[in-house]
Amino acid sequence: MIRVIDYKAGNAASVLNAVRYLGFAADFARCADDIESATHIILPGTGSAAATMESLGEMGIIPVLDEVVLGNQVFFLGICVGMQILFEHSEEGNTTCLGWLKGRVVKFDSQKVRVPKMGWSKVVLNSSAEEYFYFVNSYYALPGDSADLYGVANYNGEFAAAVRRGNIFGTQFHAEKSGEAGLSLLRNFFERGML
Amino acid sequence: MLTKRLIACLNVVNGKVTDAAQDNILASAEILAHKMYEEHIDELIFCDITEQTRSVDIETVKKVARWIFIPLTVGGSIKSLSDMYKVLEAGAEKISVDLAAVRNPEIIREGAKAFGSQSIVLSTQVKRSEKMPSGYEVCISKTAIGKDAAEWLKYGQDLGAGEICLNSLDRDGTFSGYDIELMKLADAAVSVPIIASGGAGKPEHLSELFRQTESQGAIISSMLFSPRIEKNYSVRELKKFLSDNEIRVRPVK
Repeated sequence: MIRVIDYKAGNAASVLNAVRYLGFAADFARCADDIESATHIILPGTGSAAATMESLGEMGIIPVLDEVVLGNQVFFLGICVGMQILFEHSEEGNTTCLGWLKGRVVKFDSQKVRVPKMGWSKVVLNSSAEEYFYFVNSYYALPGDSADLYGVANYNGEFAAAVRRGNIFGTQFHAEKSGEAGLSLLRNFFERGML
Repeated sequence: MLTKRLIACLNVVNGKVTDAAQDNILASAEILAHKMYEEHIDELIFCDITEQTRSVDIETVKKVARWIFIPLTVGGSIKSLSDMYKVLEAGAEKISVDLAAVRNPEIIREGAKAFGSQSIVLSTQVKRSEKMPSGYEVCISKTAIGKDAAEWLKYGQDLGAGEICLNSLDRDGTFSGYDIELMKLADAAVSVPIIASGGAGKPEHLSELFRQTESQGAIISSMLFSPRIEKNYSVRELKKFLSDNEIRVRPVK
């Protein structure tokens, strides 16, 4: 079963709604047992990196996530802040993150562009597909290993819109709120293990 | 770069959408929202105007959110952190505060702390006023309340609002174009994204707004479905017009 991690200040309900709309069997993950039995895990995100790490810590699921995602190679998709915490560190609240991917997360320069970045932006994926997705973010990831970069968008320069390392995926945009383009990306992830 | 957002605001009374003057019932909120989604609207605002004293109509928010996969903002009767939590849980991404923020500005700070700035939209109604330093005054129910508009927007941003939705009461319902001067004033006052509202009547009003100001979004509800306007437009027509005029929008497929 597909599991959507339900934590404080996330938008797990919207993500679960989109996944079920696509016809997949899915439910929330609220404890370690839910994670252990998952075929795919989604970590939604709308709040801050610090609040997200704190919530995952309080739920006591970080060790089991390490075990199933890093050990058993279960498919994992982090969305928005859920992607940012895959890296080692976020400038937002000076937060130590999961560190599954090398790199760090920094803030857009509000002297140069309006922050948060809010709206639809073109993303060029590695597959060379181009689509428009919905973004809401003040911070963005700087992957330490360029091989992990899976798609780029532009906001005061190019930045990481999607990342992938094996079974671990992340999108900075909200696939669950990106219309048909987002729904078809989610379908690809579940059916073909790619975005 | 970001594309410009076309946004429909649904004024909802008892689960039904009304026009801005509130004298025509247009459709059920759920059905109209889904129709707008299929027509490639970029974002929806659900504004519950049933009664100021009532709590948010969560059941209708849930019904609306279920079939649309684009950003949804809920406003109108948000009064507390617990109202905010309920609408986010019901499937909204953003919460818009207007009257509640004027009465208790701390609600912006509390909301931003709990859910992140990106979830808190400060919605403001303003009128031109010579008494105010910026030339515009904040209003509640069309009555000016002695607050300078630019100061209020800055204060809202400082408290944690992540977006501003700015409505010109002078232009609202006139179909004579957005108040460009007001939107420029807001551009200079704050650094968060701005949604322009009030006055849209024809496609040229959108190109004028997006060329002359930094507004990232525009409320176009009247152009889409007001029965009082000479001609209604489809989202497709408006996006085609903007693309033809070299203004970037999310393409309609």
